[in-house]
Amino acid sequence: MGMTITEKILAKASGRNKVIPGENIWLNVDVLMTHDVCGPPTIEIWKREFGDKAKIWDKNKLVIFPDHYIFTKNPQANRNVNILREFASEYGVENYYDVGTPRYKGVCHIALAEEGYNIPGTVLFGTDSHTCTSGAFGMFSTGVGNTDAAFILGTGKIWEKVPESLKFIFNGELPKYITAKDLILQVLGDITTDGGTYRALEFDGEAVFALDMDERMTLTNMAIEAGAMNGIIKADEVTENYVKERSDKQYEIFESDQNATYHSVYNYDVTNMEPLVAKPHSPDNKDTVRNVQGTKLTKCYIGSCTGGKLSDFVNAAKIIFGNEVKVPTFIVPASTSVAQQLEEETLNGISLKQIFENSGCVVAQSSCAACLGGPSDTIGRAVDGEVVISTTNRNFPGRMGSKKSEVYLASPYTVAASAVTGVITDPREFL
Amino acid sequence: MEKIIKGKAFVLGDNIDTDQIIPAEHLVYSLTDPEEMKNYGKYALSGVPQKDAGLPNGGTVFVDDGNYESRFNIIIGGANFGCGSSREHAPFALQVAGAKVIVAESYARIFYRNSVDGGFVIPYDTPQKLNNKIKTGDELEIDLTNNRLKNITSGDEYLLNPLGDILPIIEAGNIFEYARHNNMI
Ligand code: SF4
Repeated sequence: MGMTITEKILAKASGRNKVIPGENIWLNVDVLMTHDVCGPPTIEIWKREFGDKAKIWDKNKLVIFPDHYIFTKNPQANRNVNILREFASEYGVENYYDVGTPRYKGVCHIALAEEGYNIPGTVLFGTDSHTCTSGAFGMFSTGVGNTDAAFILGTGKIWEKVPESLKFIFNGELPKYITAKDLILQVLGDITTDGGTYRALEFDGEAVFALDMDERMTLTNMAIEAGAMNGIIKADEVTENYVKERSDKQYEIFESDQNATYHSVYNYDVTNMEPLVAKPHSPDNKDTVRNVQGTKLTKCYIGSCTGGKLSDFVNAAKIIFGNEVKVPTFIVPASTSVAQQLEEETLNGISLKQIFENSGCVVAQSSCAACLGGPSDTIGRAVDGEVVISTTNRNFPGRMGSKKSEVYLASPYTVAASAVTGVITDPREFL
Repeated sequence: MEKIIKGKAFVLGDNIDTDQIIPAEHLVYSLTDPEEMKNYGKYALSGVPQKDAGLPNGGTVFVDDGNYESRFNIIIGGANFGCGSSREHAPFALQVAGAKVIVAESYARIFYRNSVDGGFVIPYDTPQKLNNKIKTGDELEIDLTNNRLKNITSGDEYLLNPLGDILPIIEAGNIFEYARHNNMI
C-alpha cells in the first residue's frame, strides 16, 4: 500500500521506512518557531523542567518572531517582548527578529516563508495554531502547546500521531473572481470545523498548482479551521523557485503515491464556483456572497497571515483603484516585506499603497493587529455593535475584539468590493 | 505502573468538549495546592447535560454530590473527545476525579497531547465505536500490554489501537520524566 505525502515526510523525520495513520512516532524537528504570546511561557517551562543546565537543542533551528501584540502600550504585552529579547541575547539566538529594529518582520507564518525557513520535505513545529500555513511548501508543519514546545526546545524531538489524510482536488481553470480564500471556505463549509480533526488536509489539482505561493498559503493556513493537524501541497516548480530565492538549503520533494489511502477524497470543479463568505460566528458557516449581499457594514479589514500577503493586496487594489471607501477600511500588511512591496508594486503607474491611501483606507504597520482583537489600543479592532468583513481566518464570537460584533470572512476581492460600497458586495460587479 | 487497569465504565456520547469536562467557571482553583485542587475532581464532567451523562440511560453524575472522586475510573467516549478550548485543566480534572483511562473513537489533538504529556490519563483510541456497546457501570478490564479491553459484565472483548511510542511516556509519568529516564535531559 502506498503512502501520502504527509506519511512520507513523517516517516523520514522518524527514521522509518513506513508509518501508518494512528501510530504514535517520535520526530526529529527541523525548525521550532515561537512568538511573543507563547514564547515566554515556553521558555519558563523549559527552564523549570531542564533546570540550570537547560540548553537549546540547536540554536540555528529556533526562530522567534514577535508579531502578535506589538504596537501597544499594554504593559504585559511589552513585558513579553522584553522576555524574548533578553532570552535571545542571553542564549545567542540569532534568528530573533526584534521589533523596533530593521530586522522586524511581522506575522510569523509569512515571515517563515519569506526568510527561507520553509523547506520542502522538512518538519516544522510552532507555538501557534496557524503553523499549518508552512505546509504550502510540501512540508509537515503544525502547532503545539507551550509544554510540547518547551520539550522540543530542549531535545529537538517530539512525538506525533500519524494523521489520516483527506484529499481535496480542485479541477479546472479558476475564474478571475475566485481566490484561494473562496476555495478554503468551500472546503470548511463541506467538512465543518471538526471534519479535519487529527487529520491531514492535502490539496491537489490543476487549480491549486496554478496558484502562487501566497495563495497556496491561504489554503494551508485555514486547515486548522477544520481542526486539522496540517495542510499540505506538494512542492512544484513554483515552490522551488520561491525557496531557491531565499535559501540555499538542500531539500527533498515528496509526493503522494497513486495507491495511497485517504479517509476521503473530494473533487471540485472550480469553473462554476462563486465568491463565498463565512457568516458570523464560525469559519464553516458558508454562504455565497450573493445571498448576503447588501448587508450593511461598519468596517472592512484586509490583513493577517491569511489575507495580508502581497497577492491579497494586488487583488484588493484592482477593485479599490479610483474608488473611495464608504466605511473605515484597514490595510494591514502581514510582513514588513509586504509593506515595502506595497510601496514598490504599481497598478496603472500608482503604488498600491498610494491607491489605498487615495481611496481613504488606513494603511497600518505590519503585525497580527486586530486579527485576534488584541489590547484595546489595537488598530482596526472591532467594537460592540460592529459588522465587519475581513480577509482573516476566524470569526468566532469576540475574535476581532468584541463579542458583540459580527464578522464575515471573505476573499480580498469581496472585502474590497464591499469597502467601496459599504455593504457586502459580490466582486463580480467590479471585475 | 499497573499493566492491567480494572474499573467501572462511565459512558459518554460524541464531541465531549473541554467545557463539559471542566466548565470554565471552575478554572479558578490552584493546580498545585492539594486541598484546593480537589475541586477539579468534584466538578469533573459536571458540564455534561444530564441526559447525556452515563449512557445509555443518562442521568448519572460522574462524581456524586459532596464527593471529590468518582466511582467510575474508565471513561468510554465517542468521536472527537476533548474538542474545544485547549485547556490543560481538562485531562487534569479527570485524573483528579480518579479516571485512569479514556477509550474513545477519536480525540481532539491538543487534548490527546495534553493527556499524555502531562501524564494525566491514558487516551486509547479504538477502531470501532464502543460507546454504544458498553454501558455505564459495566466492569471493565484493560490490558495495556496487549491493548485489549474486556467487558467482564457482558463477556465481550475488544482490541484497542496500540499506544505505540507514547506508552513509555505514560509509564514514565509525563514527557519530561520520560526524557530524564532516557538521558534526553
Ligand atoms: S495574523 Fe491572526 S491568525 Fe495569523 S498568526 Fe497573527 S493572530 Fe494568528
